[in-house]
Amino acid sequence: MTTPPRAEADLLTALAAGPPDAPAVDLTALADAVAVRAWQQGQVDVAVAGVGSPIGPLLLAATPAGLVRVAFAQEDTDAVLAELSARIGPRVVESGTLLDEPARQLAEYFDRRRRDFDLALDLRLATRFRAGVLTALRRVGYGTTTSYAALAAAAGRPAAVRAVGSACATNPLPVVVPCHRVLRSDGGLGGYAGGLAAKRLLLATEAA
Amino acid sequence: MLPAFPTVVERHGPMVWRVCRSMLTATDAEDAWSETFLAALQAYPRLDGDAHLAGWLATIAHHKAVDRLRAGARARPVADVPDVAVRDTARDPDPALWAAVRALPDRQRHALVLRHVADLPYVDVAAAMGGTPAAARRAAADALAALRTTLADHPDAPPPLEAR
Repeated sequence: MTTPPRAEADLLTALAAGPPDAPAVDLTALADAVAVRAWQQGQVDVAVAGVGSPIGPLLLAATPAGLVRVAFAQEDTDAVLAELSARIGPRVVESGTLLDEPARQLAEYFDRRRRDFDLALDLRLATRFRAGVLTALRRVGYGTTTSYAALAAAAGRPAAVRAVGSACATNPLPVVVPCHRVLRSDGGLGGYAGGLAAKRLLLATEAA
Repeated sequence: MLPAFPTVVERHGPMVWRVCRSMLTATDAEDAWSETFLAALQAYPRLDGDAHLAGWLATIAHHKAVDRLRAGARARPVADVPDVAVRDTARDPDPALWAAVRALPDRQRHALVLRHVADLPYVDVAAAMGGTPAAARRAAADALAALRTTLADHPDAPPPLEAR
């Protein structure tokens, strides 16, 4: 019995379609496992994961030293990934597993089951002065607020109110480092990178 | 400037899967896919800003798949080969084709997979493999001719892995 040779076009179509089960395999899960393996081998500069929240989607990023970035949906994800690659290192991986603990604590916080974050923080994206402001900011307790002037005093730089405002505005770790608890001295809301609606919601959540 | 690495995984992950799976069983393809991106991550800091990512990744994937293919052929006792073939037949709608791809000489398979499975233009296939675009075109054409011959001779039975 002879079979006519398959037409070249037919062969090319079969090759281009690729092997079977391509759509069935979960490449996200494979990529997560690769990320965990690389992390354990010390070959990851930054791990990232997206999580949902009442103030919109958040992008979390961690280095081996700790949580390094919380980004709002308003900040373009590609721009945030480019920033992390350029400023920390290009070995950036996406892995829900590696960000599991901060994601869990944030979910508890939004659920009012957590008042303080028990996380190692990596403040390398802030300048030395701004890192000092963020450290002072971490002492502003859940459900309380402060002013930019009071925060400047707490950071040991009472005259640098404007610079303290900039430090809050460029906080790389919003929510976890509570810049939403800083209001203007006249009681005004001030600004917020995640939008004023998010700032109001966070303050209302903590006041409840 | 290179895109951030998660973007690379998202954009090229499916293509790397097709390259690995065109040569390997699903389980081995998962390992080869993972090893490809692990190697890519390690090399990413040293990569040129204008590197052609698809060709680079497809070539790493081809190397990793060849490694798996060789390791599997060494580790598998001859008596087990029919079992593997049966399992693949149950899974693959076109087992003869993919078995014939696996059986191609490395250079022909490399050119064929990069051009027709990864869908890269010959200029990128050549950049990834080394050599000229014309040589890459010839290798892919030879591979297609070999496939047609193999499939005409054995339309149903996959050739044994050793038949190279």
